[in-house]
Amino acid sequence: MTMPTLLPDGEPRAGGLRHGRPKYLEVRDLSVSFDGFLAVDNVNLDVIQGDLRFLIGPNGAGKTTVIDAITGLVPATGSVNHTGTEILGRKVHQVARLGVGRTFQTASVFENLSVLQNLDIAAGAGRGPLRLLRRRKTVDAAVEEALEIIGLEGAAGKKAGILAHGQKQWLEIGMLLVQNSDVLLLDEPIAGMSQDERAETGELLRRIAASRITLVIEHDMDFVREFATSVTVLAAGKVLSEGSVAQVQADKKVQDVYLGSSEVEATDA
Amino acid sequence: MELLIGQMFAGLSLGSVLLLAALGLSLTFGQMGVINMAHGEFMMAGAYTAFVVQQVISDAGVSLLVSVPAGFLVGGVLGLVLEAVLLRRMYHRPLDTLLVTFGVALILQQAARDIFGAPSVDVRAPGWLQGNIEVLGAPIPLTRLFILALSLLCLAGLVLLLRATPLGRRIRAVVLNRDLAETSGVSTRRSDQLTFFIGSGLAGVAGVAVTLIGSTSPYLGTNYIVDAFLVVVAGGIGQIKGAVIAAFALGVLQSVFEYSTTASVGKVLILIVIVVFLQLRPQGIFSLKTRSLA
Amino acid sequence: MRGLLRGRLGTAAGFALGTVLLLGVAPAVLPVFSLGLLGKFLCFAIVAVGIGLAWGRGGMLTLGQGVFFGLGAYVMAMHMKLADASLFGGSGVPDFMSLYGSGEVPGWWEPFRSPAVTLLAVVLIPGLVALVLGLAIFKRRVKGAYFAILSQALAAAFAVFLIGQQATTGGSNGLSGFRSFFGFDLKDPNNKVMLYLIAAVVLLLSIALARQLMHSRFGELLVAVRDQEERVRFLGYDPATIKTVTYVVAAVLAGIAGALFVPLVGIISPADVGVIPSIAFLIGVAIGGRATLLGPVLGAVGVAAAQSALSSTFPSFWVYFQGLLFVLVIGFMPGGLASLPALLGRRRRLRTAASTPAVPATRVRTPLAAPPEPEQNATMPEEARR
Ligand SMILES: Nc1ncnc2c1ncn2[C@@H]1O[C@H](COP(=O)(O)OP(=O)(O)OP(=O)(O)O)[C@@H](O)[C@H]1O
Ligand SMILES: [Mg+2]
Repeated sequence: MTMPTLLPDGEPRAGGLRHGRPKYLEVRDLSVSFDGFLAVDNVNLDVIQGDLRFLIGPNGAGKTTVIDAITGLVPATGSVNHTGTEILGRKVHQVARLGVGRTFQTASVFENLSVLQNLDIAAGAGRGPLRLLRRRKTVDAAVEEALEIIGLEGAAGKKAGILAHGQKQWLEIGMLLVQNSDVLLLDEPIAGMSQDERAETGELLRRIAASRITLVIEHDMDFVREFATSVTVLAAGKVLSEGSVAQVQADKKVQDVYLGSSEVEATDA
Repeated sequence: MELLIGQMFAGLSLGSVLLLAALGLSLTFGQMGVINMAHGEFMMAGAYTAFVVQQVISDAGVSLLVSVPAGFLVGGVLGLVLEAVLLRRMYHRPLDTLLVTFGVALILQQAARDIFGAPSVDVRAPGWLQGNIEVLGAPIPLTRLFILALSLLCLAGLVLLLRATPLGRRIRAVVLNRDLAETSGVSTRRSDQLTFFIGSGLAGVAGVAVTLIGSTSPYLGTNYIVDAFLVVVAGGIGQIKGAVIAAFALGVLQSVFEYSTTASVGKVLILIVIVVFLQLRPQGIFSLKTRSLA
Repeated sequence: MRGLLRGRLGTAAGFALGTVLLLGVAPAVLPVFSLGLLGKFLCFAIVAVGIGLAWGRGGMLTLGQGVFFGLGAYVMAMHMKLADASLFGGSGVPDFMSLYGSGEVPGWWEPFRSPAVTLLAVVLIPGLVALVLGLAIFKRRVKGAYFAILSQALAAAFAVFLIGQQATTGGSNGLSGFRSFFGFDLKDPNNKVMLYLIAAVVLLLSIALARQLMHSRFGELLVAVRDQEERVRFLGYDPATIKTVTYVVAAVLAGIAGALFVPLVGIISPADVGVIPSIAFLIGVAIGGRATLLGPVLGAVGVAAAQSALSSTFPSFWVYFQGLLFVLVIGFMPGGLASLPALLGRRRRLRTAASTPAVPATRVRTPLAAPPEPEQNATMPEEARR
């Protein structure tokens, strides 16, 4: 049996995979209202397997809420279709079991458990009761690989609570990987990281995205320019523009919401 | 029909007592995440205050009028002390505050037994509260009406304080977002103390009130605390409106159930009603909306 | 000692030691009366094992374990009353019923004439009640604090209910005056020793069960749910299932303990099952170390022993002492005695193997407050480490 790998070869590209039948996430007329305030307003969005899509927009644009809606955390109207399966209206854990994984704007790992235990739990939603009731004797191959990918082999036995901030975010990405989701929704994964860590994370995101449906929320325009294969701009709950980084940056409407023409550039700082 | 109205009023006055007890619980839970099991003993302290005041002032009417503010003060001070000595370090561990304050409750109960003795004592109701008034043909004891009025008065005072004074605004700010309030210059210490004082004081008033409808024993708090907590659960934590509705609903339901079945079955029925209600509204009647993952 | 306690060998050795002490040494050196008393403490320890799981590991503040304890106890007591009545009275009607009631056995008592039904019911009734309540509360994501309050209200209602049914449950007197246990004469000292031995074996088995649960993946998941329930959901698990299973296990253990308590102690009454006894179950668990395996057992036995030594001679002092224990242990040493070494500043070595989850931050996130900052808690126990 050949070992399946978490990171098959390949590069992400705009429009996603060109061969076979790529998986997709199709968001239609997604709306979220908080007591009458439309935080997400008829959003349409398509992400194809193999594309590394970034979701950008000013603070409060509704980016996080879009992910919350897709993952079942907040009630929403419209439709979210994951390769033929409607996922809107299901419970959070059911959506996760249908292959939709996410990270959070503030890293949230199980601080009282070791790095290894964190990953093992993330890898285990499909385990039956009997396996659950037994002690963990071996480390899943996927968990082992994830440890290596996120560079935490040396820290496997450490409590997640004592990891550095960046390491926690990597651990979250690792959990996402072993969770075996085909849809990955990452909310500001590089916030608070150093330049080197950012570059590394960016490379990692590209390798991950080559074989998955990936949507990343990010504010740092340098980072977006460097790693995105496509971009969606959200403002005041609405999709404002969509396309390559260059196309989006050239879009007049986008320049307007970012307060004046050069504000997209200015957010780099 | 008369019986039904009589039961209704019995329920309303039970509801008023529950309301007075639950308001403080709900406020401190909402603002500080403290689940105060000793709250019932603050009630007991209020009741014994009424008893002591009557030993000093033998005129039942005057002693009642003195007891209400005195009970408030005694309850409030007990609350302040508890907050300062124990609870302020535990705001982030609500479930543990429940157990710590249970320990305090045990101690206060035993103290009452040692000071006043285990048998219950009685507080005389003033002459002007003896007798009944006819409501739709049903005789309603004046004491019950007095309790109802007292609790509504306290409620009005509390709402006024929260809505219309700078102090109240600060309290509400802390309830909504402790960190933000703090960084905006609100002294959370001060408003925590104030909330504790007022909440516990109301429990003291509730204690004075129940001396009018029953006798006072060291176990007085135990009899009310669980029901008062159920009011908080059903009404929604930190929700005054919710507490009002839940308290009167629970009071009336309880006396109706007791009337139509027995007291012991009534308690079980109430609990079932609440569990079923939580299936519909897991957060209680009202709830604050926030974004935290909870 | 520390080294000994580690590893599989250590575990096996620990169990062997416990077995020898409980089943060999204690019966050999203790008089029958003390053995009966110890048996009673062991019943509380069985309840404590369940609480350690549900509260220490699962973060569910089970304030109503007296209910499950009482259900198991009353089921057993009803059976023993009925059996006594047919063995000694001939009429088949328990004595107190002729005294207070109609002199007829109510229909719902009848099934408990059968020993088999009784044994099943001891397990199933507490289990089912916990299952229904657990599903109702956890599936709807009712807050942790609400769960605590509701389970306490359940204990209150249960006690009031029992008191109200004088004719069928003995009211506040409860059920007592048993003469036989499944045909064995309860006056015979040999049978008393046997009862103690059963309690000891059940305790050892429940410790083994708890250990398996804690060290399995389920146990890791339980800690994850305790600390960050919502996060677990996003990994594809339903936390309600995990919590309900744990709650049911704790309830069943309490039920079995109650059933053993009745023949050992000879009485069960509402005073053993209400709000105060239910909370009192927790203090031993807290003292020993709520998140550890053996802490709850040792704590429960210790507190029960202290209570039986002090409470009758110094009743007032005992209550103050008990109150102070709650205040001091929960307030200032939430990890219990098990955290003392860590509190005293001994730094624990990090091991590559799975480490034990620290003392739970038994926090409920009130939606009103910002998420609490992570707690720096004392760290934990030796015995649970590998
Ligand atoms: N639970 C909620 N209740 C009420 N309003 C909410 C809630 N969640 C989000 N909002 C509002 O919805 C809007 C969108 O919020 P969202 O967090 O999705 O923005 P965002 O694009 O992720 O912003 P940021 O870049 O700052 O993370 C904001 O105005 C926010 O205040
Ligand atoms: Mg956001």
